Amino acid sequence: MTILIDPTAEQKPAVRERLPRPRDLAGLTIGLLDISKLRGDVFLNELEANLSERGLTVKRYKKPTFARPAPVELQQKMVAECDVVIEALAD
Amino acid sequence: MNYPSDGFVAVVKRDCPTCSMVVPVLRDLVNRQVSLITVTQDDPTFPSDLPQVIDDTTLERSFHWQIETVPTVMKIKNGRETDRIVGWHRQEWETFMGQSDLGQELIPMKPGCGAKNVEPGIAEELAILYGDTGMTARHVRLGEFEDDIEACFARGWSDGLPVVPPTAVRVYRMLQGTTRRPDEIIGVMPPNLAPVNVEKVAVNAVMAGCKPEYMPVVLAAVEAACEDPFNMHGILATTYHVGPVVVVNGPVTERINMNSGINALGQGNRANATIGRALQLVVRNVGGGVPGEIDRAAQGNPGKYTFCFAEREHDTEWEPLAAQLGVESGKSAVTLFCGSGVYPIMDQISRTPESLARSFAMTLRTVCHAKYAIVADAMLAVSPEHTRVFEQAGWSKQRLLQELEQLLLMPTAPLARGVDGNDEGMPDFVLGAPALPKFRPGGLLIVRVGGNAGMFSSVIAGWPASGATGSVPVTREVRS
Repeated sequence: MTILIDPTAEQKPAVRERLPRPRDLAGLTIGLLDISKLRGDVFLNELEANLSERGLTVKRYKKPTFARPAPVELQQKMVAECDVVIEALAD
Repeated sequence: MNYPSDGFVAVVKRDCPTCSMVVPVLRDLVNRQVSLITVTQDDPTFPSDLPQVIDDTTLERSFHWQIETVPTVMKIKNGRETDRIVGWHRQEWETFMGQSDLGQELIPMKPGCGAKNVEPGIAEELAILYGDTGMTARHVRLGEFEDDIEACFARGWSDGLPVVPPTAVRVYRMLQGTTRRPDEIIGVMPPNLAPVNVEKVAVNAVMAGCKPEYMPVVLAAVEAACEDPFNMHGILATTYHVGPVVVVNGPVTERINMNSGINALGQGNRANATIGRALQLVVRNVGGGVPGEIDRAAQGNPGKYTFCFAEREHDTEWEPLAAQLGVESGKSAVTLFCGSGVYPIMDQISRTPESLARSFAMTLRTVCHAKYAIVADAMLAVSPEHTRVFEQAGWSKQRLLQELEQLLLMPTAPLARGVDGNDEGMPDFVLGAPALPKFRPGGLLIVRVGGNAGMFSSVIAGWPASGATGSVPVTREVRS
């Protein structure tokens, strides 16, 4: 395992921080990512209906296979189009 | 580390022909009932047929005993070393051991080999494992399959180019480039006002690609950037283009092979490139000066990756910049100037200093805006071919500065707002005087730099907030 020496002023945790979560979804575009696992779409359809009812913008995405990371092109598309992504991991 | 016993300790390695040669002598000494322990550095089965061989393939003992040559034989009394000899010299061994007729079949003398614990690469590993390196910075563990260069990007440590991953060994090596302790605080870096110690500078110097011998220059540059008059906070926070420009003077520039000649303001020289980059990485990583956060530059300039060069001092009578700023001759120094990019001045015709100075003045007049006076500082970088025109006429750097001062007295009427169909210009309340100087006193610096050929010089324009209310150039002597 590689160990590096921290070049910073050590004012943040050594573990990479997550981006802060939005306080409110109003005005944000929400991506729903289907990872291509069985019945994930059932869950995401419910979510889409629920979020759309609240007047939120929802976009749908789908990975070709759950066994591999999302293709770079798909990652870039989601980053460009969404503020928040919900990923369905359900079996 | 305690010594094994009273008597003698011989440190050897199989890879050393002298060690192999003296093995019969070691056996002979054991047979003579001499209290002798053999410590092996590289092969626990070497030497064979000796009763007491200690495996030191971890080199921990050798490190603590500071073995430099093998074979080394140490004399131990009451658990303490009292004396040591190295290599093979029959008479010396006989006296040291209090024996006679040792190794009669051997040549009388054979020098030893370098000990394994001092081999380059190994020595640093041992210092980190067993020594007191003085390093205290936090360790960051990467994931098992995480790429180390990508990890540095992902953690936000990079300026956009790949950095050298700062492993403990690399940082330790970098620290060998200075006599200063790793925990010495050398300044407080804006904008977060984080204390910067020598170790943090070394970590960022590793990432920038520096060699250890650049450390004194990097440290001086970081010290200068922490000085309040330089105003690193303002330089970051401004929407203007500026960043630190590092000018290095004195003998250190030749020692570390800095470029003051062809393409000195450009790419291609490791010291120039990495010293300027190391400073910017300290500003980013320790100070927290990150573009889009505190660094608010509307456009920035490519020199914010790195902008560092040496003044060409060796073939001129012109006084170096550092000397003009008060540094004793023969000493090395770093000057930080708050500047933006390089703007060329072309003059291939002038052969008199009067004419060439006018070409310089015409371009200098446009710094920030042709209708601005006493707003921004500037650095004038004069090429050797242009310098020659002045030197042949007996003009010193100081003389050129004085002449430029006269040439850059700007009549105020054309500077007024609205003149020439242009709304910009100087406000009415400063227009009472018949003329205004382009630069504040001390606001124009001259350096000599560049290759032998080319009648092209350049202006490195400063910040519209120059002087006491903004940034003033700061010079720091380079210490070891």
